[in-house]
Amino acid sequence: MTFRKYLVLAGVAVFGSVGDSLLSRGMKEVGNISIHNLRAVFLALRDPWIVSGILLLFAFFAAYMTALSWADLTYVLPATSIGYVLLALIAKFILHEQVTPGRWLGILLITAGVGFVAGGPALTRAAAGHGAVEEHTPEVASVRGES
Amino acid sequence: MKHAYTWAAIAVIVVASVTGDVLLSRAMKQVGDVGELWRHRGMLTVIGRILRHPYFVLGIVAMAVAFFSLLFGLSWGDVSLVAPATASLTFVGNACAAKVLRHEHVDRRRWIAAALVACGVALLAA
Repeated sequence: MTFRKYLVLAGVAVFGSVGDSLLSRGMKEVGNISIHNLRAVFLALRDPWIVSGILLLFAFFAAYMTALSWADLTYVLPATSIGYVLLALIAKFILHEQVTPGRWLGILLITAGVGFVAGGPALTRAAAGHGAVEEHTPEVASVRGES
Repeated sequence: MKHAYTWAAIAVIVVASVTGDVLLSRAMKQVGDVGELWRHRGMLTVIGRILRHPYFVLGIVAMAVAFFSLLFGLSWGDVSLVAPATASLTFVGNACAAKVLRHEHVDRRRWIAAALVACGVALLAA
């Protein structure tokens, strides 16, 4: 793992959470969408908050695809979940929502989970991209100091 | 009723995004390290190779379903419920799907990480 790769993972976390916040704010502005009026979803695409949210989610997607090209799904997802911590902080300090002790505990657990997976190997399958039947070779990657 | 709609949207989002993640992960592993390819073959080759990959296209369709369900979900429920609940369930779903369908080596470290993150995200929703 190089510094650039960590930067890509950070990009996934930041773009994802900020994009979600913008979308949330936009959808609250647009209001409830009735199941009988599905066209309202497309009208939502005119809202500037939604448009900026979508642009950021494009950036998120590019970073996410890059990360998936060199790391396992079960590595990328927990490693970038630090974005939920960011989302909670945005909710508290920018959207002025209340962050309860339970939520702080949630933030702590997520951070612990991120630390857990980030210390391990990013890719566990050396031969990537072959069909369904694959030989399970002895796992080399997991032999590291866990004492 | 609104509550039921919210949870229905959450269920659709979770199934669609797990499907999408698995397909996209498979596509990107077949494409190869994007950074390396970019340096050696140039940006257009990389983008072309990704966009033409059938699993990528299918993954995008699944993600589009997840995205529009998310828009519905967000309009019916709070972001602090919908975003964490979908994420939490998606983590567990992805860990299982990656192990079974992608043959990733999900060791104890990764199960614990997935469980911690899923619990943490669920607490954020509380």
